[in-house]
Order: sequence, then C-alpha cells, then structure tokens
Amino acid sequence: MPLAKPVLSVRDLTVAFGGTGKPVPVVRGISFDVFANEVFCIVGESGSGKSVTSLAVSGLLPETADVSGSIVIGDTEIVGASAAVLRHVRSQDLGFIFQDPATTLNPVLRVGRQIVEGEVTHGRLRPSEAQVRAAELLREVDIADPVSRAQQYPHQFSGGMRQRAVIAMAMAGKPRLIIADEPTTALDVTVQAQVLSLLQRRQAETAAAVILITHDLGVVAEIAHRVAVMYAGRIVETGTVDEIFSSPRHPYTRALLRSIPRGDAVHARLDAIPGQPPTPETLPAGCPFHPRCVIGKERGECRTTEPLLRPIGADQQAACHFAEEKLLPAEARRTDFSGPAGEKAGDSLLEVDALKVHFPVRAGILKRVVGWVRAVDGVSLTVRVGETVSLVGESGCGKTTTARTIMGLVPATGGDVRFEGRSLLKLSSSRMREARRQMQYVFQDPYAALNPVLPVEEVVAEPLRLHGLYETAGGAARIAELFEMVGLSRRMFGRYPSEFSGGQRQRIGIARALALNPRLLILDEPVSALDVSIQAQVLNLLQDLQKELKLAYLFISHNLSVVQHMSDRVAVMYLGRIVEQAARDEIYRTPTHPYTQSLLSAAPVPDPTLGRTRRRIILEGEIPNPAAPPAGCTFHPRCFRSDEHCRRVAPSVVSYPGASIYVACHHPSDPMIPSIVREQSMEAGE
Amino acid sequence: MKLTFGKLSAFGRALLRHKGAAAALAFLSVVALVAAFADFMPFDPFRQRLVDALKGPSQAHWFGTDELGRDIFARVVYGARTSLTTAAGAVAIAAAVGVPMGLVSGFFGGWRDAALMRFVDVMMTLPAILFAMALIAILGRSQIAAIVAVGITGIPSFARITRAQTLTLRSRDFVVAVEAFGGSARYNMFRTILPNSWSPILVQVVVLCSVAILLEAALAFLGVGVAPPTPSWGEMLRSGKSYLHEAPYYAVLPGLILTLTILSFDALGRAMADLLGERYEIRKSGSEGAA
Repeated sequence: MPLAKPVLSVRDLTVAFGGTGKPVPVVRGISFDVFANEVFCIVGESGSGKSVTSLAVSGLLPETADVSGSIVIGDTEIVGASAAVLRHVRSQDLGFIFQDPATTLNPVLRVGRQIVEGEVTHGRLRPSEAQVRAAELLREVDIADPVSRAQQYPHQFSGGMRQRAVIAMAMAGKPRLIIADEPTTALDVTVQAQVLSLLQRRQAETAAAVILITHDLGVVAEIAHRVAVMYAGRIVETGTVDEIFSSPRHPYTRALLRSIPRGDAVHARLDAIPGQPPTPETLPAGCPFHPRCVIGKERGECRTTEPLLRPIGADQQAACHFAEEKLLPAEARRTDFSGPAGEKAGDSLLEVDALKVHFPVRAGILKRVVGWVRAVDGVSLTVRVGETVSLVGESGCGKTTTARTIMGLVPATGGDVRFEGRSLLKLSSSRMREARRQMQYVFQDPYAALNPVLPVEEVVAEPLRLHGLYETAGGAARIAELFEMVGLSRRMFGRYPSEFSGGQRQRIGIARALALNPRLLILDEPVSALDVSIQAQVLNLLQDLQKELKLAYLFISHNLSVVQHMSDRVAVMYLGRIVEQAARDEIYRTPTHPYTQSLLSAAPVPDPTLGRTRRRIILEGEIPNPAAPPAGCTFHPRCFRSDEHCRRVAPSVVSYPGASIYVACHHPSDPMIPSIVREQSMEAGE
Repeated sequence: MKLTFGKLSAFGRALLRHKGAAAALAFLSVVALVAAFADFMPFDPFRQRLVDALKGPSQAHWFGTDELGRDIFARVVYGARTSLTTAAGAVAIAAAVGVPMGLVSGFFGGWRDAALMRFVDVMMTLPAILFAMALIAILGRSQIAAIVAVGITGIPSFARITRAQTLTLRSRDFVVAVEAFGGSARYNMFRTILPNSWSPILVQVVVLCSVAILLEAALAFLGVGVAPPTPSWGEMLRSGKSYLHEAPYYAVLPGLILTLTILSFDALGRAMADLLGERYEIRKSGSEGAA
C-alpha cells in the first residue's frame, strides 16, 4: 500500500473563520493521505475540527472560511479550485454521507429519482434507464422490494432505510472517495449495526476510499483501517486501528480510551479527562492538551512548545514531546470504589406496577379517536433505596414516557406508581407537589433544560424558592454548597446558562435536581449529549453523589456500556414493554431474551481485536410503529427465534428460580447454561 | 429571540448602531421630550387671537396660526401629548389583556385555547375603526374612550403572538423542569415562559404604537376622537383640510409630524425585530455527542 498513489492527499491544511475580529483557526495545519480500499477514521470531540476538515476536502466550506494548504483528490487540487472544477470532482470522485438522513434527502422527490439524479445530470445515465438503475442501487444496499421502494418518497422510509438510500446515492457514481460525516450518530444501535456492516460491505465491493468522521470510538474500532485522532484543530496521533487501540502513544488518545465505560472494568471508576476541550478562540500556549494532560501538565516544554506530529512506530505518528515515555498506568484504578450498591440495597422506594400510558390518535375534522399509541404498555419495576435501576432501549421504546409518567408529567392510563408505598397517581395537586420533592428529574439535553433568562444560581435556587424553602435551606450558602457538590464554583454566580459548556450545564441541572434533597433521581439520558471525556466526568460525579447522599437512580439510556457501568439492575424495553429485567451482571453475562442478546451484540465495542472475533447478531428491520404493533409478541418480526406461537400469543413474564431474571419470551435461552445459549443464538442470527 | 437583562445593554448598543433605528429613536425622543415638557414652553395652544388667524409660518408662529389665531406649533406639541398618551394607554390595555390570553391559550390548549382563539378571530373580523367608533358612541367622546377603543382593537395581535411563543416554549425542557419540581401552571406561565417571550412582545409593543397613533388620528379626523378644544393631530388635519387652499401649512405641517412619528415607530419596530431575530437565537444543542 505505501507505494500506491493516495486517492486523497492533504498537506498542511489550515482553515480559519474570519467573523468580525481576527481570524480564528479551526483546523491548524493537518496532513494525511487516504488510499484506495481503506477506511480512514477521523475521531475527535466536538470542536476538534473534524467536520470542518471533511467540508474542506469536499470544497463545501462557506465563503467566509480562509483555507490554505493543499488538498489533492486524484490529480486535482481542491484548494482554490474554480466552481466548474469542484463540480467535476464532486460528480466523478466524491460521494457524501451526512449525519442526518432525515435532512439529506429532498422530501418532495421520489427516492429513486434522487439517487440517480447526479448520474443523469452528468450524462452518464439515460433518463429512460434511470428507474432500472435506481432499483438496482437500492437492491445493492439491501432494501427489500427495491422497484416499488424507488417510487416512494423519503417520509415513507424509516431512518435506517433513508441512510441506506443516502449510501446508495453516494456510491451511485462509483466514486473513488467517500466522505461519511457521523453516518450512524442519528441511528439506533441495532440499525447502526446494519448500516455499518452495509457501509463496510459496499466499501469492500467498490474498493473506494472512505473517510469516516465520528466521535464514537466503538464505531472506529468496528470499521476503521487507519485512524487519525484530532484535538484542537490538529491531528495528535495517527496509526492503524490496532496500534491506536492497543498502544496509543499520545496521552489524549490514551485518556480518551480510558474514559469510556467498558464491560471488563465495571467495578472501576472511570478515568475522566479533567477540564474542557479548548475552543478555537481560547487555545492554550504550547501543547493545546497540556492543561488536561497527566504527563505534560507540569513540564515546561509542553507549556511553551507545541509538539509536531512525528513518527513513533512503523505507521504510527504522535504529536507529543514525550510519546516514547513508558507511561505508568495513569493513576492506579481506585480500589476502594465499591461500584453500585449491589445486594445491600435497602427497602423499595419506587414501585411501578403495570403502568400503562396510551395516547389517542385522532383523525378527521371531528378529531375522533381512531386508535391508540401504546407508548407504555404494562411496565413494572422497583427501585430500592440507594440503587441504580436502568431502563435501556432504542428510541421510541417508551423509556422517556415511562420516566415522565412516574414524575407525573404525563398522565397514566392504567397501573400504579407508588413512592414509599404511597400511590402517586391519585394524589391531589398539592400532595403531588410535596411528593415531587422526593423525586427529581435530570434532562437529556443540557442546552434546553435550563431557563436561559435566569442566572445560574437562580436556576438552582428555583426549586427551593418554589417550595418556599430558600431561606430555611440556607439561602445563597446552600446554593454555593450545591455548586460545590457538583464540582462547580460559586464564582460562577451571576452568569447565564448560555455562558457554560454542555458538561457544566449538565452539572447545573444535577445541582438543581439535588436542591430539594430528593431520594430518587430520574436521569433521562444524562450524558448522551456530552463528549466522551465530559461524559466520564459526569458519570463519576453521579456515582459519587449516589454514595454520598444515598440516592436511588432510575437511569435511562440507550448506551449499553454506560448502563453496564452505572447500574445494579437493568430493564430492557421494547415497544412499551419490559422484555427482560435482571441484575446487571446476569443480563450482561447471560442475556436470555433474543432482543437483549441482539442489542448487546450490536453495540460497537471499542476494541478492534475483540470486535473482529466476536460474532454479531444483526437484527433485521427497525422498531415497528407503536400505533400498530405486531400481533402476538411485538418483537417477533425481527426475532431470529420466533415461530407460529410467537406470532399469535404475547408472552407473559417468566422468572427463573435462583436467578434474578424476569423475561417475557416464549423461547428464552436458559440463563443457567450460558455457553450453549450463546452458540445457539449466534447460529440463529447468522 | 431572547432578551436577558445581561444582554439588554448590548441590545441597546446594537440598536444605536443601526442607522434607521438610531434616527427613529432620536426623532421619537425629541417628540416625547417636547410633549412631556410642553408646559414649560413659552406658548399656549388655547390662546386665540382672531387678528392673527391663518397667518403663515413666521418667527412668532413657527408653524403659522389656525383659523382662530392659535399657534399651530403649540397645538402640534400638545397634540403629541394626546397622541403619545393615547397610544401608550391603548398598548398597555392591549398587552395587559392580550398577553395573558395568549399565555393561557398556548399553555393549556384544549377548550380554553379554542374559546379564546375563536374570540380573537371574531375581534379580527371587525374593522378596527368601525369598532372603535361604535364603542365611542357608547362611552361618549373622551380620551379615555379613545384609549379603551384603540386598546381593545390591539388585543388580538398580542394574544396571537404570545400564544405562538408559548406553544413553542411549552414543551421545552426548562418549562417541563419547572413542572417537575413542583411549579404551578401560573408560575410557569408568568415566571418562565413570559420572561422568555419578551422579544416578540416588545417588538409588537412598538409596532402597535404606530398603529394606535394612526387609529387615534383617524378617529379624531372623523370627529369622534378626543373632544375639542384638546389639541390632537387628527383634529388639526380635520379642520386644516377646509383651508388647504389659503393655508396649506395648516394641515400639511401637523400631517408631516404625524407621518414621521408613525414611520419612526415602524422603523424602530423593524430594526428591533431584525436584531432580536438574528442575534438572539437560542443556541441549538449539539447532536455531536449522541452516541
């Protein structure tokens, strides 16, 4: 491969944005080559310049961007090229896959027409052949019934199918280079697995070069051949995927890998990277990573000189003054960390009993109810004092609705919610107010959850003021105490939420939830909007707070490794029902429900060696519409073990003596014989 | 979209940098100051000197005199008082009724929304001037009647704008959050949603001021505005039009001031909408981290 001519060659690329004042460099001199038949991943946190790099390569940056350096695709220089040249390159050599398939496709054009539009415009395809070609392209990306699907509009496609169509479109002209910017970020785990394996297969079939931009190290391990890690507008380390994951040389790469929760170290505390990633406006002098670095923090050289990328191994390069240094394992993992409370959890605090939430579907001018969406359809779970129970599931499975109904924000249709033995559903509104003091909610999106017109100390004080407890609780002193509890300082008083980063805002949200001394926190995807390094900080904070304040958590997430790290018990939801519920280790070691098994196998693992050896169950299809769920077991259309019985009869919940597992399946694997279970399910899945 | 007190001064500065807005603000401030301190000025809008009737602009009478020999400039200055106070009162009434209506309507939805919005629809089908005249016919001719009449016609616009704003904010997490920790609906409407809705309401206040001034002038022109001899711009246009030939300045100069005032409010409103719309957008959350 080294002798081959690269498809894409980038040299000393810098991109700066002018704006009003002096230009702000976003990409600061990066060089890399991408060769045919390889997947090159650029990984980094938000603001690292990875997306700007991909836009620069495709010549799609806005006029205000100041680009210098050289980008050569094939034999064509992109920087400073005329519009005609750019158009030619894009039509011949480039394909794009963007993050959000919902906005990439034009909603008023038939899908078939869109995906061959480019080829027709450039005269490579006669309009009369367009339909046949469109169907062929859709078939290549595994879309069932491609002929009639080509006649449909994007809204008739599900999210995963749309992204397949986008891949078909990107690959229609057999481009030499494909740029995929976070292609699976908007998709669910099981659909992500489908799309990634499709992308991999199509890449191998067409021998194209692929640049894949992502923040997800699991995706990188899954699909990349070579990797570049970006930080503060530079590539800080590059190498083959195995080198990067097995012997990372840059402290940032190492820290990043350690900050993601992994299955093999659930009892260990996460090694979070301290501080915030720098913004292009506030780059520290010297090595931009030194303020957060374990080895460079105190060293003069790191503070004054920015290291350049230099070869370390055969293919590996790192930009660190001390890349050769044998690192002591950053800090021995703290052994006193007891992990989740496990067996010693106390009395039950929250009991949810056969909870149902149905929303009416109305149609016509008279707004008659024509059907019901069973968002939550008989969910039962118990959270005991001081323990963490997680609700896992893909989007639309009803986990957030369950949480909001428990909080009383959404009216329940049936069932019961008891807090400390008292039913919450029949309470008067004033009683409900009292009950809510014991139970607080932390929202997913830290940008949306804080009132933008209140200074942050007022945001945190608001629950106290509302309950008339501000003075009794200690006024400003109490607010300062809450700020310190979540790792913020009272010096931040007087500033508005917009002045804080995502991680800090999430801390403010947690401080507000703690203001009333609750006993239960409902955490709705509390870290999914945060960067990996910040995610670890917040998860650590949540575990510390739990231990300190004896809090119980109802933790809602779609991220299986985060759930594994945080939980005592896990409940897996599918289409408004809990399909399996068990203690954390049991469910991760011996999942019995086929859905749990496929979820666990679909989640990308940040370990390329393991990723290559394990066999995966890739589910077909996507979550059905909850307004018209399949008859019988709602999972049967996607299940690899379903039979006639599953199609007709909904399974009831069964439990196993001697295990904590509750499972709703006619054909569960027996948890007592895990190894056989695994093999059987794998075979069935292949 | 968002005004906080921290940003208020920045917004003020931006407004002053905007040429149109700065000019409009300057003109309106002069009009307002002159109207406020009219009593300290050396002229009297009521003093009649029939000898001086219908004299053109001069050193003694900048805008000339009317058919009763009264100083037109003095009457324009006092007329500004009438116009501005009527507009302020009317807008205050419109906002005081319309904003809570919009909040309730958007926050609760359902039958409350349906009832309030149908009421608003009915109001909007009535021509403003006809409605105001009918109301004045009932209440009698006075400034209060004019204020109430103009104010009521302004209610629908506030109700609609506030409702739209409430609908978009209602499902936002920070509003749900207040509900989650036990805030009442009233608290949420007035303490969470309303402070987040100031920008469009503020723009509407300015826009409605120009509408109210025009409506007040129109009522006076039709002879149902404030009762003479209280000076009013519309009233001056009405009497001035009979002398358009011999004394064109009589109608033209007050008309010019009226036009400039309305244009200024309009320009100011536009500039504010521009600035607030562009520079105060709520930052969208990054979907970067969603794994």
